Amino acid sequence: MTVDQTTFRKALLDPEAARPDGLSDGKGRSAGRRFDVYRNNVTVSLTEALEVGFPVIRKLVGQENFKLLASAYLRRHPPRSPLMMHFGADMPSFLADFEPTRQTSYLPDVARLELAIRESYHAADADPISPAELEALPPETLIGSRIRLASSLRLVRSPWPILSIWRFNVEEDAKSPEMAAEDVLVARPDLDPVPELLPPGGAEFINALLTGATFGDAMDKASEASRNFELPVVLTLLVEMKTLIEIGG
Amino acid sequence: MLDATAHEFARLPDAPGVGYKPQHFNEIVDDAGPVAWLEIHAENYMGDGGRPIAQLRHLAERFAFSVHGVGLSIGGEGPLDSEHLARLKRLVDWLDPASFSEHLAWSTHDSAFLNDLLPLPYTEASLARIAEHVDEVQEVVGRRMLLENPSSYLAFEESTMTETDFLREVARRTGCGLLLDVNNVFVSATNLGTDPVSYIDAFPVELVGEIHLGGHDDDEDDHGAPLLIDNHGSEVADPVWSLFDYTIRKSGPRPSLIEWDNDVPEWPVLKAEASRAARVLEAATA
Repeated sequence: MTVDQTTFRKALLDPEAARPDGLSDGKGRSAGRRFDVYRNNVTVSLTEALEVGFPVIRKLVGQENFKLLASAYLRRHPPRSPLMMHFGADMPSFLADFEPTRQTSYLPDVARLELAIRESYHAADADPISPAELEALPPETLIGSRIRLASSLRLVRSPWPILSIWRFNVEEDAKSPEMAAEDVLVARPDLDPVPELLPPGGAEFINALLTGATFGDAMDKASEASRNFELPVVLTLLVEMKTLIEIGG
Repeated sequence: MLDATAHEFARLPDAPGVGYKPQHFNEIVDDAGPVAWLEIHAENYMGDGGRPIAQLRHLAERFAFSVHGVGLSIGGEGPLDSEHLARLKRLVDWLDPASFSEHLAWSTHDSAFLNDLLPLPYTEASLARIAEHVDEVQEVVGRRMLLENPSSYLAFEESTMTETDFLREVARRTGCGLLLDVNNVFVSATNLGTDPVSYIDAFPVELVGEIHLGGHDDDEDDHGAPLLIDNHGSEVADPVWSLFDYTIRKSGPRPSLIEWDNDVPEWPVLKAEASRAARVLEAATA
């Protein structure tokens, strides 16, 4: 009796499946619940990886519900890579579709924010442009320039107050969230990612820069999107968060 | 087979090491005690940058490193993941660790990674496959590797050879060294009703480049027989220390690691475990 890895794997991920034959306790008896050690290891270790990756989702749904959610997730979307730092990328769409969470419309966007923070944490390092370098640039040169942003920068836009929800669950003394759309910039000024609320037009401005628009075109995009767009506010934020890496042609 | 003389790995010091946990960074820098080297799980340091890589670069100036992979799935029925192998090569190339090791186990099948070290039968077919995989790893990474004995909760009826014979033969065919996890030996022997001391006696200790020590948990099987779970979540158990002592008397001092991955304790607790390992190693030198 041979036990192939297809059989083994199926039985690992499906608690209802029969345990494979051909496994023993080493003393001639069937392995029985010894197989469940592996089942348990797989479920527990992958659940823990999701708990580490989505602490706010876990708080929002509660620890026991999160275990059920994780158990469903890891069966529907088992990791495709041994890098646990990437596990959970399908969480937003999963939450939007999963019966017990689909009514809670803000959850997928909170998950996107948590993913953005995790991606930022592991992103490549880069030396930012100093404020002095930026100030030394003649305005007409800046207007026509394209700007390379840090690879640790992420933009998460939501019709929900996702950053307020995140802060309420992470920071002590955070205000309780009020209904508002929120655009969030995630950046890594040092070694820890920091999420910051973007002012009106900020997301359009950054998005334009990310897609290769010149500084001037990005300003136009932002002004079109919001009459309240204030370049100095957004630019100061981007400089302080050390997100501007290179000014090119 | 990789030419062992050309690619001989620079060995770790014959002293205690610990599995590195980021929460211990400051204390390790301030007072490492007897800890002479650190081990990392390769997969946790395959990001592009940020704090994990920054800490590693800093520590690598002071400590020897062991890169311990948990995701290659050397025992897998399918081919090795070439992307993952390339990531491993990149890490080993820039960090230049004193040792690189992986497990006699599988974890990926049909492109799903199961995040556990899963068991395999010891047969001619699995031996040929694993020797081929070890050859490929050593060829790509460009150095000898160490292969670790697993902890077992069950046995395959189809197995035709013992684990020690199997490991010895993989090492003979590929030129790889072995990582002897003494806790795994104790856990497997208890679980499968064999004798841990006989296992050490049958093990080719001359090929051991590193020893692992870790904690286990107690459970039982359907028949009330003891079932030990290798969880790296507590102090090393006394019978495992005894087995370690026995092993070191046979092998002489070896780089010996305290593995503590779950419910990670405060640094002084981990340091005390390393000190206990240091005393065993020193006694063998005296």
